[in-house]
Amino acid sequence: MENEKVKTKAQSGNLLEVEHLKEYYPVSVGMKKVPLKAVEDVSFTIKPGETLGLVGESGCGKTTVGRTILQLYKPTAGRIVFDGDVLFDSEKKIKVDMLPYRKRMQMVFQDPYSSLDPRMTVEDIIGEPLDVHKLYANKKERREKILSLMELVGLNAEHAMRYAHEFSGGQRQRIGIARALAVRPQFIVCDEAVSALDVSIQAQVINMFEEIQEKLGVAYLFIAHDLLVVHHISDRIAVMYLGRMMETADADELNENPIHPYTLSLLSAVPIPDPETARRSKRIVLEGDVPSPLKMPAGCPFRTRCKYATEQCAKEMPELKDRGNGHLVACWNK
Amino acid sequence: MEANKEDFKYKKRAFLSAQIDLSKFNKNDFEKATEEEKKQQDVMGESRTFFQDGMRRLRKNPLAMMSIFILLAIVVIIIVAPMICPYSYDTIIRVDGKRDRGVVNLGMMQYSDMEIEYMERTGEKLFPHIFGTDSLGRDYFIRCIYGTRVSLSVGVVAAIMVLIIGVIYGSISGYFGGKADMIMMRIVDVIYSLPDMLLIILLAVVLNENLGPLIQGTVFESLGSNMIAMFIVFALLYWVGMARLIRGQILQIKKAEFVLAARTIGTPNGRILRKHIIPNCLSVIIITTALQVPSAIFTESYLSFLGLGVSAPMTSLGSLANAARDSMQSYPHRLIIPAVIIVLIVLALNLLGDGLRDAFDSKLN
Ligand SMILES: Nc1ncnc2c1ncn2[C@@H]1O[C@H](COP(=O)(O)OP(=O)(O)OP(=O)(O)O)[C@@H](O)[C@H]1O
Ligand code: SF4
Ligand SMILES: [Mg+2]
Repeated sequence: MENEKVKTKAQSGNLLEVEHLKEYYPVSVGMKKVPLKAVEDVSFTIKPGETLGLVGESGCGKTTVGRTILQLYKPTAGRIVFDGDVLFDSEKKIKVDMLPYRKRMQMVFQDPYSSLDPRMTVEDIIGEPLDVHKLYANKKERREKILSLMELVGLNAEHAMRYAHEFSGGQRQRIGIARALAVRPQFIVCDEAVSALDVSIQAQVINMFEEIQEKLGVAYLFIAHDLLVVHHISDRIAVMYLGRMMETADADELNENPIHPYTLSLLSAVPIPDPETARRSKRIVLEGDVPSPLKMPAGCPFRTRCKYATEQCAKEMPELKDRGNGHLVACWNK
Repeated sequence: MEANKEDFKYKKRAFLSAQIDLSKFNKNDFEKATEEEKKQQDVMGESRTFFQDGMRRLRKNPLAMMSIFILLAIVVIIIVAPMICPYSYDTIIRVDGKRDRGVVNLGMMQYSDMEIEYMERTGEKLFPHIFGTDSLGRDYFIRCIYGTRVSLSVGVVAAIMVLIIGVIYGSISGYFGGKADMIMMRIVDVIYSLPDMLLIILLAVVLNENLGPLIQGTVFESLGSNMIAMFIVFALLYWVGMARLIRGQILQIKKAEFVLAARTIGTPNGRILRKHIIPNCLSVIIITTALQVPSAIFTESYLSFLGLGVSAPMTSLGSLANAARDSMQSYPHRLIIPAVIIVLIVLALNLLGDGLRDAFDSKLN
C-alpha cells in the first residue's frame, strides 16, 4: 500500500454532511402498512481524517444511519453531501449513481460471521472490490495488492487461499476491514466493528483502526453502543436515542461535561473499576424500556425515562442547541 | 533479572488448593514465547473447501457410496458393451450371412441349432446371447444396453433442462422480488396445477402428426416424436419445482450481510447473483437435479410402457418391459431384466440424492 494519504477535494470544509436525515421502514401491522421511524431527523458533519463516534442503545437506528449514508437504503428524507457532491437531496430530488462513490465510501459490518461469503476464499473476498472497480492491470498486481492489504490488517499472507469459516472472529473482522480498505476509501462506516469480539481483541482491532487512519487519513463513522470504546477512538461523539440526535460534542468534552440526561445515564452505565468511587458517584440508572419506534412518544422521545421531564417535554421536541464550543444538546431542562 | 534468579521462588501451594503447584516449576519454565512460537499457535486445521467437507461426509455414507458405485458400473457397461458385443440393437441375427429361423426366443446364454452347427464346423466361438434373444431374433442383451442408454440420457437431459430453466427463472424471481416476483410466482402456480401426464399424451399425439417430417434425417429421428414431446413437456412443466426451491433459497441468502457488503463495494447485480447467491444455493441445486433424473426416467418408462415412448426399433427400458408383456408367462426374464435395471437406477439416484442432501445441506444453515 502506497503511504500517501487520501486527498480531499473540499479542503476547507467537511468530508461528509448529513442534514435532517430520515429513514422510515414500511412494516405491516396486521393488514396495515405503517412507517417504522428508525431514523428521525439526524444531522452531523465529519471532517477529512476525523472520527465521529455514534453511540446509542440497541435498536436506536445507528446501523440504519450508516447504511442510509451509503445509500444501501434509500433515505426517506434529508440531504447527504460527500466531499462537495450532493449524493441525495429529498427536496431537490437529487439521487446520484453511487458506483463512483463506492470506491470512496466503505463499510465494515457489525457481524464478522455473516458479512463474509462462506463460499469464497480470503483472496477473493478482499479481491472483489479490486475486480469490480478494475483496480489492477494483471493477475500479479491483483495478488500483490491483496497480500499487502492482508499485511496491513495483520493477517498472515499464507492464509490467502483459506475460507472465511476457518478464521476466528477477530481475524474475520480483519478480513472485512481489508475488504473495505481495498478501494482506498476516504470514509469508512465502522458499524459496531468490534462489538462481536472479545475485549482483548477489541483493543487490538481498535488500535489497528487508529493506525490505519494515521497511515491513510481515512475518516470514520464509528458506531458502537459502548461509550468507553467510542471515547478512545473518536474526535467527536454523537449520542442517539430512538432515531434522534441528543447530544454532540468533542470526545473529551462529552466525557467530562455531559449535559443531556440520556448521555448522563449512558455514562453511569459504564462500569467504574474502583468500587469506592462507584459507590460515591451518583449513578443515574435507566428505568423502563425503550419505547417502540412504532409508537414514538410525542415531544422528547426520552421523556418516558427522564427524571427531569416536564410538561413542555411532552409537547415539543427540543432542538439541538449550541452550548458553546460546538457542544450541541437537545433538551429543554438541562 | 539474571541476578535474582537464585532467590526467586514461587509460593508453596495452599493445602487442598485447586491451583497449579507453582513450586514445582522454576522461572525458566515460564519463558516468554518467541514470535515463531506464537506463529505456531496461528496454524489452523487443514484448509478444507465446502466441497471437500461435503465429499468427506458423503464418503462416510455407505448407501450413497454404493449408489455411486452402481451408477458408475452401469455407465461403464453401457459405454463399453456395444464396443465388445458384435450384435446391434436393431439387427436380426444371421449366421454366416444366412437367415436363422431358430434364433428367436432363445433363453439366457443359449445358442440356436444353426449357431451350434456353425461353431462346430468352423471351430470359431460365437459371442453368447447373454440375455437370450427376443421374438424377432435380436440379441436381448444389447437391446437392454441400448434401452438403458436411452433411459439414462432421457433422465439426464431432462434434469439438465429443468436445471437451466428452473435456476434462471427462480433466481430472477427471488433476487429482484417485488412485483416481478409476484407475477412470476403466479405463473408457476398455474403451471404447477396443469396435469402433466395428460399434457404429455396430448402433445405426443399432436406432435406425432406434425413433427414427423420435420425431424427426418436429424439425430432426433431415431428417438422419435414421442421423445421430443416428452422433452418439450419436461422443459415446459417440470422446472417449476426447481424454480420455487431456488427462489426460496435466494430470498434467504439475499438478506445475508455478505450480499449487502457486495453492494457496498458496488458489485453489479449479475455478479452478485453469479458469485455470491448461486454458489450459496449450489447444494440445493445439485441435490434437486440428482433427484430429477430418476423422476424423468420413471416418466419415460411409464410412457414407453403405455406405448408413447421411443419409436421402434430404438428402445428404452420402458418399451422393453412393454414388449415383454405379451410373452410374460413363457419368457419372464425379458420383463424382469429391464424392470430390475429401472429399479436399480432409480433407487441408486434417489439414495445418492439423499446422501448428497445429508452431506451438503447441513452447511447451509
Ligand atoms: N429492514 C428493516 N425493516 C424494518 N425495520 C427495521 C429494518 N432494519 C431495522 N429495523 C428497525 O429499525 C430500528 C433501528 O434498527 P437499527 O438496526 O438501525 O438499530 P441499531 O442501533 O443498529 O441497533 P443494534 O445496536 O442492535 O445494531 C429497529 O427498531 C429495527 O427493528
Ligand atoms: S427534553 Fe425533557 S424529557 Fe427530554 S431529555 Fe430533556 S428533560 Fe428529559
Ligand atoms: Mg446495528
